[in-house]
Amino acid sequence: MQKLLSAIASRLVIIVPYAWLLIFFLIPFLIVFKISLSTSAISMPPYTPAFEGIGTWLESARKFTVDNYVWITEDALYAKAYLSSVIIAAVSTVLTLLLGFPLAYGMARAPQSIRPTLLMLVILPFWTSFLIRVYAWIGILKPEGLLNQFLLWTGVISEPLQILNTHTAIFIGIVYSYLPFMVLPIYSTLEKMDYSLIEAAQDLGCPPITAFWKITLPLAIPGILAGCLLVFIPAVGEFVIPDLLGGSRTLMIGKTLWSEFFNNRDWPLASAVAIILLLLLVVPIVLFQNAQARAQEAGK
Amino acid sequence: MNTTWSRFNIASVVLGFAFLYLPIVLLVIYSFNESRLVTVWAGFSTKWYGEMLRNEGLMNAAWVTARVGVLSASIATVLGTLAALALDRYTRFRGRLLFSGMVYAPLVMPEVITGLSLLLLFVAVGMDRGFLTVTLAHVTFSMCFVAVVVQSRLVSFDRSLEEAAMDLGATPVTTFFEVTLPNILPAVVSGWMLAFTLSLDDLVIASFTSGPGATTLPMKIYSQVRLGVTPEINAVCTVLIGLVSTGVIAASIVGKRKEVQRRREEQAAFAEGV
Repeated sequence: MQKLLSAIASRLVIIVPYAWLLIFFLIPFLIVFKISLSTSAISMPPYTPAFEGIGTWLESARKFTVDNYVWITEDALYAKAYLSSVIIAAVSTVLTLLLGFPLAYGMARAPQSIRPTLLMLVILPFWTSFLIRVYAWIGILKPEGLLNQFLLWTGVISEPLQILNTHTAIFIGIVYSYLPFMVLPIYSTLEKMDYSLIEAAQDLGCPPITAFWKITLPLAIPGILAGCLLVFIPAVGEFVIPDLLGGSRTLMIGKTLWSEFFNNRDWPLASAVAIILLLLLVVPIVLFQNAQARAQEAGK
Repeated sequence: MNTTWSRFNIASVVLGFAFLYLPIVLLVIYSFNESRLVTVWAGFSTKWYGEMLRNEGLMNAAWVTARVGVLSASIATVLGTLAALALDRYTRFRGRLLFSGMVYAPLVMPEVITGLSLLLLFVAVGMDRGFLTVTLAHVTFSMCFVAVVVQSRLVSFDRSLEEAAMDLGATPVTTFFEVTLPNILPAVVSGWMLAFTLSLDDLVIASFTSGPGATTLPMKIYSQVRLGVTPEINAVCTVLIGLVSTGVIAASIVGKRKEVQRRREEQAAFAEGV
């Protein structure tokens, strides 16, 4: 009896989370795919179901339509939105890396005693609301905002700069919001690094800069890769940052999906947009999963 | 270890932290601004906090958010811990690859996709959107974060402790509650907190999956922000920041004290044994 209970318990450990993720993560994607193949209708829910139940599957499969996908490929707006999302995300990822790496490196080289405090200081903003952190930048970047006031006061500029509602504001927003995601994985690889390697290189006459390029950087690659993926993938589909900081003219696919859904109420088209976005991100997501799995295995 | 903390290192750390903290500090300062104009300083005042407390819509949203947060974080912690155990303990079972994929993918999945897909699920099964659907949605994405946090703790956990307990006749279930759980508790607790703040923070998924009567605080803040920056919102944000930072700092201090105490006990036990 005891044994049976234990056997059941150990099965449940797998089955319960597995079932939950199947129902609330995998099946919803299949539904998105299904609805992306149906035509939109003015009703609630605003689409004509492509099929109802298994029994009518074959019959209704004939009603499947790729119209939404055709529409997306024909309308240049969508292609532009996808492209500009990828470009904005890529540029922001590089900027985050440029700011995050020195920070992570500085933290890893800091005296052992203050490292936990520094780590805590990086994590703390991550706990505070994303929306609030993005919102804080509006007050700073506005034409009559704090940054412009400061720059005018110091005499660096004579006219307020237009930063809010430009790509620059989006870059600032993404770098700011995602910086901890970049710093943490890089820090954890740099912290584990054996600095006697650098000393050995320097003893052998290697200049510090060369030692950095030849030893530190290659050893930090797994952390850099993980950090870049953690920033890039969500940034491509980002909605809040382009919406609040980028203004109405910014074209990013997360915003397009949102407005197809909430403003135009075209659920099938929004679904098709989501499916293509997902296809676009499959490669980086698989890379990320492999990196995660390997990192967890390496911990053993 | 002999490390040199160069001037360059110090400068990059100081600059990095200035960038991270300046906007938050400014936001907090301007929540005490007398003027309605957010960027003009007109003297110290706490009137916006009073205004915030009198704003019924805001307070209702805060209450909804708190309930969704506690409930979803609690369920997510149980499910996430189970998922972490499954990934750590069972290296071979049918569909493990799919399972680990489903645990890691939500960490990076764009929120618009997760939100849309969950909404379509709820519509497909005919569930009314509201408190329950937001909670289910939050459980789903935050359990994966809990799983990762707990799993990284399980990796460093010494399994010979469990084997010892089982050798002494404890059942696996008893072993889990008496040996494993106390050991991984710090990770489980921080997993809960992470899940709670993720829920507290979420705008996009909540907007898709919520219905009338279940407007969460981020949704409320977002709709007000779209109309313009107001000191009232600054006040709400300051309260939230204060709550969360106090919680996180307190938890880390308690955690550190426990760790020190545990180590001391271990050393004492070891010394006695010798």
